[in-house]
Amino acid sequence: MDIDFHDITLSVNGTKYQRRIESRLLLSDFIRHDLALAGTHVGCEHGVCGACTILLDGQPVRSCLMLAVQANHHELSTVEGLADKAGEYHPLQQAMHEHHGLQCGYCTPGILMTITAFLDENSSPSEDEVREALSGNLCRCTGYQNIVDAVLAAADRMRG
Amino acid sequence: MSTRTFGEPIKRNEDHRLLTGQALFIDDLELPGMLHAAFLRSQVAHARILKIDVFKALQRPGVVAAYVAGDLGDYWQPGPILVPPPPIEGIIFHERTQVPLAKDKARHVGEPLVIVIAESRYIAEDALDDIDVELEQLAAVVDMEKGLGAGSALVHDDVGSNVSAYVRQTKGNYAAAAAKADRIIKRRFRYEHGISSPIETRGVVAQWDRRANQMTIWDTTQAPVFVRNGLAGMLGLNERQVRVIAPFVGGGFGPKIMMFYPEEVLLPWVSMKLNRPIKWIEDRHEHFFATTHERGQIHDAEMALSSDGRILGIKDVFLHDGGAFDPYGLTVPINSQCTLLGPYVVPAYDSTFTQVFTNLPTVTPYRGAGRQHGVFVMERLLDFAAHELNIDPTEIRRRNLIPPDAFPYNNEIIYQDFEVLEYDSGNYEPVLDIALDAIGYEAFRHEQALARQQGRHLGVGVACYVEGTGIGPYEGAKVQVQSNGKVSVATGIGTQGQGHFTVFAQIAADQLGVAVTDVDVVTGDTDQFYWGAGTFASRGAVVAGNAVNEAAKVVRNKALKLASDLFECSEADLVIEDGKVSIVGIPQKFVKLGDLANQANPMRGAVEPGTEPGLESTRYFGPKMGATANGVHAIIIEMDPKTFELKILKYVVVHDCGTVINPMILAGQIHGGVAQGIGNAFYEKLVFDDQGQLLNASLADYLLPTALDVPRMELAHTVTKSPLNPMGIKGAGEAGAIPGGPLFAQAIEDALDLKRRSVELLETPLSPSRLFELTRNART
Amino acid sequence: MLNGIVPHFIPLDASAMKPAPFKYVAATSLAQALALKAEYGDDAKFLAGGQSLMPAMNFRLAQPAILIDINGIEDLAGIHPSGATTRVGPLTRYRALQRDEAFAGMFPLIDEALPHIAHPQIRNRGTIGGNLSHADPASELPAIAVALRARFRVQTAKQERWVEASDFFVGALTTDLKPDEMLVEIELPRVKPRTGACFMEIARRRGDFAIAGVAVMTTLGERGECTGVRLAFCGVGETPIDASSAADALIGHQPAQTTIIDVAKAAQAMIDPGGSVHATADYQRHIAGVLTERALRTAQRRARDGH
Repeated sequence: MDIDFHDITLSVNGTKYQRRIESRLLLSDFIRHDLALAGTHVGCEHGVCGACTILLDGQPVRSCLMLAVQANHHELSTVEGLADKAGEYHPLQQAMHEHHGLQCGYCTPGILMTITAFLDENSSPSEDEVREALSGNLCRCTGYQNIVDAVLAAADRMRG
Repeated sequence: MSTRTFGEPIKRNEDHRLLTGQALFIDDLELPGMLHAAFLRSQVAHARILKIDVFKALQRPGVVAAYVAGDLGDYWQPGPILVPPPPIEGIIFHERTQVPLAKDKARHVGEPLVIVIAESRYIAEDALDDIDVELEQLAAVVDMEKGLGAGSALVHDDVGSNVSAYVRQTKGNYAAAAAKADRIIKRRFRYEHGISSPIETRGVVAQWDRRANQMTIWDTTQAPVFVRNGLAGMLGLNERQVRVIAPFVGGGFGPKIMMFYPEEVLLPWVSMKLNRPIKWIEDRHEHFFATTHERGQIHDAEMALSSDGRILGIKDVFLHDGGAFDPYGLTVPINSQCTLLGPYVVPAYDSTFTQVFTNLPTVTPYRGAGRQHGVFVMERLLDFAAHELNIDPTEIRRRNLIPPDAFPYNNEIIYQDFEVLEYDSGNYEPVLDIALDAIGYEAFRHEQALARQQGRHLGVGVACYVEGTGIGPYEGAKVQVQSNGKVSVATGIGTQGQGHFTVFAQIAADQLGVAVTDVDVVTGDTDQFYWGAGTFASRGAVVAGNAVNEAAKVVRNKALKLASDLFECSEADLVIEDGKVSIVGIPQKFVKLGDLANQANPMRGAVEPGTEPGLESTRYFGPKMGATANGVHAIIIEMDPKTFELKILKYVVVHDCGTVINPMILAGQIHGGVAQGIGNAFYEKLVFDDQGQLLNASLADYLLPTALDVPRMELAHTVTKSPLNPMGIKGAGEAGAIPGGPLFAQAIEDALDLKRRSVELLETPLSPSRLFELTRNART
Repeated sequence: MLNGIVPHFIPLDASAMKPAPFKYVAATSLAQALALKAEYGDDAKFLAGGQSLMPAMNFRLAQPAILIDINGIEDLAGIHPSGATTRVGPLTRYRALQRDEAFAGMFPLIDEALPHIAHPQIRNRGTIGGNLSHADPASELPAIAVALRARFRVQTAKQERWVEASDFFVGALTTDLKPDEMLVEIELPRVKPRTGACFMEIARRRGDFAIAGVAVMTTLGERGECTGVRLAFCGVGETPIDASSAADALIGHQPAQTTIIDVAKAAQAMIDPGGSVHATADYQRHIAGVLTERALRTAQRRARDGH
């Protein structure tokens, strides 16, 4: 079979990209290796661990369960775009730092993307809601407690 | 000195890169001309290899090479023994280590048969389908007891049996103890541990630079120095020609210290052969077969007691599933054997184990490293003894604790570090008291009765343990003041999230009077620090931390000496803080550390003979033996008596790991350990069929606890310093993970009233389905 | 986990986590998608949310020659209430179902089940049509479709037909769909007044495959007597199991505890769970009974209390 190439145009963190890619290329691999945005991590490639979570048009999705070609004409956000232009942390990044919400840090980008979107929709979550929102992101280091505390603190700060 | 940071919850230096997606993990490496590897692995657990033909794979566009065992020539060698067996009298040990590619026989599912190199991982995987393999399937050794029986298939034919090792260790005279006992408790226990499953799998990138004659290997290893030394030898290179870098590593928990994995051995060789950089990133499915496990033991154990619940002796005979190869020696079963003794006075101990070869992936340490198994046996025996002697389970523990004036306490058997198992220090009873207080043990029975009236089934569990930590041999550190005044610390261990970039910085910062954020720590790069052993056995902070402290002290003294010469004053009149040395009481009279560093590297003029340049020192630290931490976990659970669903209502950890460097990081270590302990106790189980096939090799079916499964934990600490190192610290990395099994078993028995119903929980892990099966025929 | 994303045993044929090659077409119309399916038949797969198909492709358990992406066919998504029925487009994502309050009010059974489907990231992509067409026996929605007496409109390039939910699921991961057909509409009949619904399931962790799940709808008459019960299981057989007939004893009577216990026993007798690495078949059967009792009681209470 001839290699099935497609030309795609998409925006990641506000930057436009045009690339020619093979149809079978996973979106996670495309972001990491073609766009060199390696902050998005890959942990299982079968949709369970959540490390590869990015925002597709503002909503968290597993980038290992999408093809790069499906991102054509869409807007993506990744961890590299989370801090503002001046390099100031998003409140969740700040809270994760202050509450020791990360150890090896491998699952962290996926958690940041999942939870920033969650907090945009639920500004006063309960601890149970936070744990529910986190349940699609596996962390093997922290036991989650400090992540939960960080999310609650970030919510508090974002409410002002 | 500036405000001391030692002992404070200092925020981590490494966070910024991790939080912004800028930390370099191994799969982030993109090198010009890089090729990608994939492995064809055995689909069966035990087979004779009849034929492997890669011809068709090589025809596929984009495929560069494919190698089988025979292509490796003299490079094909069984791996070295990583941890030789300890000097124990009468020990039997058959060394059979893993090979780069299976040659005549495949010995477990997932053992690599072929390495394929292609322009992309996608193409390399395509090519795996093109390979023609013929295997003659042999009977698989899966069950340890059957494997030791007559007529069993043999994992290694030349050994003549499936015995990998046999060890007996004794203390006192168990037979005599049993003869005078009022009660003997005897049970059979099965304890299974699982797979570490860090969220980042393993990976290797090898780059041979022909012009520089230099090999660079990025490896997700916990022990880069030993990987360098070993690979240099295999590749016929000088150690100086090989640089091993462990970049940011996404969790390790033990199996990333195993070496040499076949992939580690093969990638550098292929890179030299093809003169191209090669990348291999283990995928999650491979991780279940290609990375080492920890698994099961079967214990036939008995405890002799007096009627007042004093332990007179323990006898234990156990089998340990070692898997297909035994490169890690006996570390795991020795840990089980030693840690079983726990914080208790055990006057007589007779412990024998047989390590069994099976056609399953190799077993090496995973967080806890066999300690769990021993703790389960001891804690369960005490529970059954308490029940039979009608003593409260916490009271029987209290009666047997080693008293504080008995330290150092000699257990008279040999530990994993080849030294006699001697507890350096400890004060156990307060730890138990604090835990009982925190869990509300006194009030609980009343609450439990009230809840039961409402149809709710609550249960409590309390388990004690010790953890041998911080073992030798040694680590080193180089501390250097840069001319910009910032401090560089380099050490040979690897780091996988433990906060080394911060705790080592704290230690150096306190000695040198600089901000923690001005200390740049490098770990895991053999070109930055040449010597060391690695990160394992809860030893990083203890051993490397003390080395950093020693080196920083020397640098501090150098700085003071230089400044005293400069100011023509006594060193005693100087203060070192805020990045400068000044005269006490005259803060305007100062010299910056960076300037001192510059002056210590003069460009002209003469120096006194024997002068060393720079503000720099390298020091090594090796403890006499490991330091023993201890703790108590307590839990309250609620069980649904019909569905056997379990909810954790409260979880308490009280822990003593000596001096605390950074309580925030310590708490994180405990939290993470507890989460893995919960996984081990109730969620994670490797399920094999009788052919050695793993039936749940995905994260959908191998159940890592989620944020909904791990409760909020309450932590408390006591501090009993270790006399074995100047800072008085003990390790903490594994403590949280150790007592989950007995804790759950005890609490579930309590919640479901299983003692009255004559059901005993003698195994880990448990699950709702398993509890249903164990209780279905019990009276209600 | 993840409702059928990952098969329970992944053989180590060729260790793979990247899809095999295929030809990709982003369909812009239903006609185009159906024409392609007619041309390629079983060699083609529709790609909707991809939350079950993509893991199977990553493991190379699914290797379609052509992938027809229907995400661009906007007409296929949407919730359209109209009188006696509500029509749901197959491309409607779980997230949209969860966030439509009117829909949740009309179909509380679905609303109660949705949080059990994997995790937020999956629900943002996964679609109702993809779920039903995938026909994972452990999945919630097939059982709920059976309980709701849903009908499915399936279409080829040339014709369409309607299939009852109970006829649609013919085996594990197998439906009545022909190689050239697509599920294009789900029709949900309006729930009768004085109906209480309850969905319960047991999984090892939230979002995992159901070890057993039960969907119950109980309708009461004006005097509080039971006039109808729907009862369907997921996770305990090759297909969703309609066990409504087990509840016949309740019909026409004021609900009684003893009858509920008998109904649960009768329902248990109608299932034949296979066991898995997570649960023995006996445990599955046991909790199917426990859940049936509990769900019947809850549904009854909800019917009585009006929600």
